[in-house]
Parts: sequence; C-alpha cells; structure tokens
Amino acid sequence: MSSVGQLALIGRRSVSRTFRQPVLVVPVIVFPLVLLAVNAAGLASITELPGFPTDRYINFAIVVCFVQGALFAAITAGTELASDIQSGFTDRLSLTPVRRWAMLAGATAGGASIAVVGSVVYLVIGLIFGVQIETGVLGALALLALAIYTAVAFAGIGAWLAVATGSPQAVQGVFPLLFVFLFLSTMNLPLDFIQKDWFKTIAEWNPLSYLIDGMRGLVIGGWDASTLLPAVAVATVIMFVTFAGAARSLRGRVQRT
Amino acid sequence: MATDNGIEVEGLVRVFGDEIRAVDGVDLSVAPGEIYGFLGPNGAGKSTMVLMLVTLLPPTAGRATVAGFDVAKQGPEVRGQIGAALQESALDDFLTGNEHMDLQGGLHGLSKNERRTRGAELMERVGLSDAAGRKVGGYSGGMKRRLDLALALLHRPSVLFLDEPTTGLDPQSRSALWAEVERLSREDGVTVFLTTQYLEEADVLADRVGIIDHGKLVAEGTPTALKAGIGQVSLEATPANPNDREKLAAVLARFGEPAAASPKSVAVRLVSGAEQLAEVVRALDAEGIQVGDLQLHQPSLDDVFLQQTGRSLEGEEEEAEPAS
Repeated sequence: MSSVGQLALIGRRSVSRTFRQPVLVVPVIVFPLVLLAVNAAGLASITELPGFPTDRYINFAIVVCFVQGALFAAITAGTELASDIQSGFTDRLSLTPVRRWAMLAGATAGGASIAVVGSVVYLVIGLIFGVQIETGVLGALALLALAIYTAVAFAGIGAWLAVATGSPQAVQGVFPLLFVFLFLSTMNLPLDFIQKDWFKTIAEWNPLSYLIDGMRGLVIGGWDASTLLPAVAVATVIMFVTFAGAARSLRGRVQRT
Repeated sequence: MATDNGIEVEGLVRVFGDEIRAVDGVDLSVAPGEIYGFLGPNGAGKSTMVLMLVTLLPPTAGRATVAGFDVAKQGPEVRGQIGAALQESALDDFLTGNEHMDLQGGLHGLSKNERRTRGAELMERVGLSDAAGRKVGGYSGGMKRRLDLALALLHRPSVLFLDEPTTGLDPQSRSALWAEVERLSREDGVTVFLTTQYLEEADVLADRVGIIDHGKLVAEGTPTALKAGIGQVSLEATPANPNDREKLAAVLARFGEPAAASPKSVAVRLVSGAEQLAEVVRALDAEGIQVGDLQLHQPSLDDVFLQQTGRSLEGEEEEAEPAS
C-alpha cells in the first residue's frame, strides 16, 4: 500500500475514534466561543480608544477562537497519540509495513479535524453575531484555510510532546503553558496598545501574535501581505520543526529493526 | 529467502540501562509447525524475548532468525512472515471489530475485497461474527483476545507469536483459544511461539517447553521429558490444624526433598515413590499429626521449575519486566 493510502487509513481511524468521543470535541468548539462572549461583554469599550482598528470588538476578537481551537486540537491530537503509545497500539501498527511518518501524521488527523469543524462553527457563529469580514467571501475562505493550516501545524506540537513523553497526562500538563503563551500575545490588544514594556516585548516575539495578526488582518484590514505572509511562514515553520522533531523522537520510541 | 518457518536463536541478549539483563544469552530452536511454550514467572524476560523476535526491540547481542530472516537486519522481511498478539491486546475501544480488520488488513496491503472476505472468515473462526460490528469497548477480555488472534492471522503469517494470550481469561475462553492455536499448528502448519506463566497451558498446548528465569533458559524439552527428568512422585499433605504445619514438614522431610505446594500444605518428592505412602501415614500417626488432606502428584512442570531455580512458579509474586 502507498504511503498516502496508509495515511488515509490511519487518519480515518483517528477521525472516527475522535468524533466518537464527544468529550474531546465539544469543549474545543464551545470553550473558545464562551471566552469570546465573555471578552466581548467585558472589553467592548476598548474599541472607543483612539486609533483602535475597528469599532466592533467581535470583529477584533473572533480570530482568537481559531487560534484557541487550534491549541485545543493540538492537545487532543497529542493526547490521542500518547494513548496509542502507552496502550501498545503503536506497536500493533509497527508490526505492519506502515511507514513511520504515515503513522505519525495519521494519528494527528482526529485532532486536526476537530479544528476544521471548530473553525467552520466559529466563522458561522461570528457571522450570525455580526462579524464583518473586510476581505469578503474570498477572505472568509482564506481565514478558514489559514486557521486549518495553523491547526495542522499545532498538531505537530501535540505529536512531538506525545512521542517525546509517551504519556497522555504529560501532554495535557503542557496545555496551561500553551494557554499562557496565548495570553502573552496580541490576543486582546493590538501591539501598539500594549503599555507594559515586558508584555509588549513578549507579544512582539510571540509566534502566536503573527498568526493572530494574519487572521485578524483578513477580518478588519484587507488583503495585506505584510500580516498574511508572516502568519503563513510561522505556521509552516512550526509544522516542519515539530513534525521533524516528532519523527526523530519516534525513531527512538519505536525501535523496530 | 526463507527456507522454513522455524525460529533459531543463538546467544540472544537484551540489556536495559547498564546492568539489567532482561534476556541473558538464550539459545533455542523452534521447528517449523511446532508449538513452543516459553514458560516463566513475571519479569523473567519472556516479553522482552518476544519483542526482539518480532523486531520491535533490537537485541544487545546474539543472533536470531525467524522464518530464515535475521531479526536485527531483515526486520521488514521478518514482519512479513509473522503475526503477533502481544501482551496487552492494544485494541481501540472506539472502533468495531470489522474496523480493526479493515485498518490492519489495509496496512498489510490487502485489497478492500480481501480485507472484507478474510476479515469475515477470521471473525467467524474465532466466534466473533455476531460482535464484528460492535465497538471493541463492549467486548469481554476473552473476546478481545480472540479478536487480537484473528488480527494476527489476517495476512496469513507462517509464524505466530502469542505473548501470554490467555492471561486473565476464564477457563472456557482459555480452552477455546487453545483449540484454535492447536488447529493452526496441526492443520495450517503455523509455527507458534507462545509465552505463558500458566503451567497447565504449557503442559497441554506446547510440543516443547523452554523455561526461563532471570533471563536465562534453565530447562528445555517436551513436557513429558522434562517431567520424567524429575522422576519422583510427590506427596502433598495439609494439616487439619494449621499450627501443625511445621511439625508436618519435619516429618515429611524424612521421606524426600521439598516440592512445590500450596501455602497451607507441605509437599515432598518421595525418594522411593508411591510405595512410601503407608510409611508416611504411620510416621504422621506416630507423631499425632491429624491430616486434613493427602494427595499424590505426578511430577509437574512446576516441579521442573522448582528443581532448576529453587522456587515455585505457582504463587510467584508479580514483578514487572523492565521497561525499554
């Protein structure tokens, strides 16, 4: 069987088992929307600050859902893969002629697919509640594509953690750290509006800020390569670095001859 | 190219860390179509041995071939010839039996049609046709083991590795699995390498048995030959009053060497055989020891283990094998 065929089989299994566990799917979709509602209620007045890039807070905040969803999905993908390692399912697959990379990428398909569903839901809910996308229908599709690309890249983080630790608990333990990382970005304020120097420095270097700004540009700005390309570049680097790290760790984890 | 479906092992060693020698220089040979029972307590090195033979763990030293292929150098060729049901069933609770068949069959390169027909044939053979469309999370332990066996057979392997296949199963499920393993060997000519901690399983199922302890093979042969090597019948007595156990042991010690016994009993291997029974009863009577139960046993594989290691296999404390 070709590598792509193997990837499809393992990916289908990952998607099936993920969507048969509502506990894995529902929080990923609901939690970012709840946080959006809370933020929209509490922070709406910051749009009145002079120079704030939009007068509707939901236009500004909606993209955070996509990044949060991708982070959730990364943890789900990692936890699922770590469970496979712990239970011996990875050994079961290793006894077949499966290629390592297909095993790795296929196992993260479930987590990534939650992000796909989540992204569509965030967009639809956003539109229902009045989000206006400056770049139009094409921009909305580009936003979805970037969100899904980001989720696939983040799944690599989960996969690397899973293979390096072999423990679902360890993968889940990293989640709060990723969330803190998200708060230390341009999630709630544009970079120019962050007053504290240390916060501003971290947000400026935080890769998540580039992803948020890239997506946000499509909603409240326009077709701007200076925000879009860095976002694509950051997601690409994260994807290659993490999947390469995971593949390297997997060689140590699965020592088949 | 594989010339047969046997297993040859020479001086195989696996060391974990600096000093844990989980498998310590094992030599063995399994003939094509033979059922080889690898018997030993928990932590003896059985699973480590299997992991090396199925190519999931590189040996530290030594050499092993499975179906003519070197496990260290020809991993893909070995995996093409073998089926394995490892210690943990490692099934996906959220997939159905059929979905497991489809996934594993596909990865082995079977076409969609082959997967369907071969899957249905195997599910029927292991008695799971009715449950094939149900999620594995609802299967009993025995059903999971049978599915595991069916999955191991999907690609028609010539050598089958079963790592403690009946641990935790009820007697009925155990017998059903034994019958299927026996059929595979006798009718299909599949070589079976089976690890077990159950004496009865090795005794009933295996053509030959290798006994492993602390990573070393301490005895090997047919169950009959191994037991014949012990030669003597053993006598097991249980005192009516548990406080008399020490006194009972002292009396029985006059008639032979200690043998494996249940915790409340004392057993000895009778030097002169069953004829000594009357003598033993008279001695116990003379000492005023009331006996609640008295039994004569033919030598068992546990006696073989006891003779080789000084310990009984039955009632061994659970101890985990070192992790890789």
